[in-house]
Amino acid sequence: MGTPRWRRRLRPYLLAMPAVLLCVGILYPFFVGVGYTVFNFSDANRTPSFVGVRNFVDILSSDTFWHSAQVTVSFAVVATVVETVVGVGIALLLHRSSLVARILERFLIVPLMVAPIIAAIMWKLILLPEVGWVRPILSAAGVEGYRGTDSALAAFFWSVVVDAWLYTPFVAILALVGLRSLPRSPFEAAAVDGANWWLTFRRLILPMLWPYILVAVIFRFMDCLKVFDIIYGLTAGGPGDATTTLQISAYLEAITYARYSRGMTFMLILWVVVYASSFVLVRYLGRVQSRAAGSV
Amino acid sequence: MSGKAGLRGRGVLADLVLVVYFLLSLAPVVFIVALSLKSNAEQTSTYLRFTPTLDNYRAVLGIGAGESAYLRFFLASLICAVGAVLVSLVIGVPAAYAAARFRFRGSEGLLFTLLSFRFAPELVVIIPLGVLYQQLGLYDTYVGMIWALQLVTMPLVVWILRSFFQDLPPDLEQAALLDGYSRRQAFVKTVLPLVRPGVAAVCLLAFIFAWNNFILPFTLTSSEAQTVTVSSLAFLGGNQVRFNLVAAGAVMAVLPPLVLALFIQRYLVRGLSFGAVKS
Repeated sequence: MGTPRWRRRLRPYLLAMPAVLLCVGILYPFFVGVGYTVFNFSDANRTPSFVGVRNFVDILSSDTFWHSAQVTVSFAVVATVVETVVGVGIALLLHRSSLVARILERFLIVPLMVAPIIAAIMWKLILLPEVGWVRPILSAAGVEGYRGTDSALAAFFWSVVVDAWLYTPFVAILALVGLRSLPRSPFEAAAVDGANWWLTFRRLILPMLWPYILVAVIFRFMDCLKVFDIIYGLTAGGPGDATTTLQISAYLEAITYARYSRGMTFMLILWVVVYASSFVLVRYLGRVQSRAAGSV
Repeated sequence: MSGKAGLRGRGVLADLVLVVYFLLSLAPVVFIVALSLKSNAEQTSTYLRFTPTLDNYRAVLGIGAGESAYLRFFLASLICAVGAVLVSLVIGVPAAYAAARFRFRGSEGLLFTLLSFRFAPELVVIIPLGVLYQQLGLYDTYVGMIWALQLVTMPLVVWILRSFFQDLPPDLEQAALLDGYSRRQAFVKTVLPLVRPGVAAVCLLAFIFAWNNFILPFTLTSSEAQTVTVSSLAFLGGNQVRFNLVAAGAVMAVLPPLVLALFIQRYLVRGLSFGAVKS
């Protein structure tokens, strides 16, 4: 063809060049921020001096950090487990394609399109004793003394509820796609053999569905580790610091108190945790996918 | 097991569980819509029985009361989200095509850098970006917001479009090239028409994510470019909170993404999973 060789060789680079530049434009502030972590840069101290690893030592030996880390991990684990179990359950029920299931499936994604911060606002109103529905429902059920998200446990509980309300549909639609792609013959064979439902689920459905579930788990767990909107909107990290996750701690440090170096150190530690967990999970997913492709 | 009757009983039970789940799932939406239609007198005294009024929407939209701050935030959301999607599209389509069709040094690196943006905790970029923006005068501007939103829209566009391009056989362009088309013509005449629905879906999904984002405008804007997600939370602050007004604002903020989602149901799974799962 007419195009000279060098131009053909260069073509993919030219096509990708703007995207590469854009990445550089985002990575540049990131690396500048990494630089902050070895200084004592803040709004009050505009001429920062080099402090070495002191920020890391300070933060890793502070109660605030370990408390936020514990809140973050508990939130991520509990929310991911709840969303996965309920989401897969709902997908299994929807997969039967009964009339009711087919009608309800249309509404599955409604919460998923609500902005997390708006979801937090909605639930904050629902939980308000003055206007919300939770207090009357609880008192109709005979539970008295409801006080919204006043206690640490209640604040954590309702944060998980809001996250689960939003993202259970995400797990469910992924699992549903997986269920619909399963081959029919193993199930017919199992039915002929008289296998009961639990055995079919445990031995057939779950192994074949696992790659799909795992994709959902990876997305949910990663997003939960960096949760901000839902908790900031619902409890603002309170009561006290009961629901202060790592990203909320970093927000308080870097934006509210304008201590950029300390905030950035928080974030860099969180970033390493997120990166490491995604690396482990994605490698595991690769193994599961190749196993599923080989055995089915 | 009593045969058919037992199965039917179980089917009813399963449907019942589904109905309960969907009632719980939709109740918050019903609640917020109901609250947004209540008058001041009724917002704290009633649950479902009330005389609906559109006064809250009128107040939020500033009908009959001159200027509305809410409309300004709404417009800012629109400008930022549309701008972010357009920039991602112009930059992302060629990159996605290159990543799908050519083997070149650094293509994996580019893809994984973009994916890492998707999973990175936002503040890791926002903190230095905020400092930088104040120096450059980009704080609280549309340009600054559109730039920052690339963190959200760009990975989505490149990853999903790459998976669409990969689904098409390369023979398609080869045939066009043999017919004497240039590479660019081959792309425009054969590939683009086939991925057009995919591109449209990606645009809508990227728009939804940009619209729904909170932490970027929350930290990088203060008034001029403040979006509807940030102002919705601000409504909840202050001394005399009008809950019904907050509700009306929230309902309107949710409507655009919800309506757009109806058009992309088919592509939603692939979009939300970054092309990892295809329906």
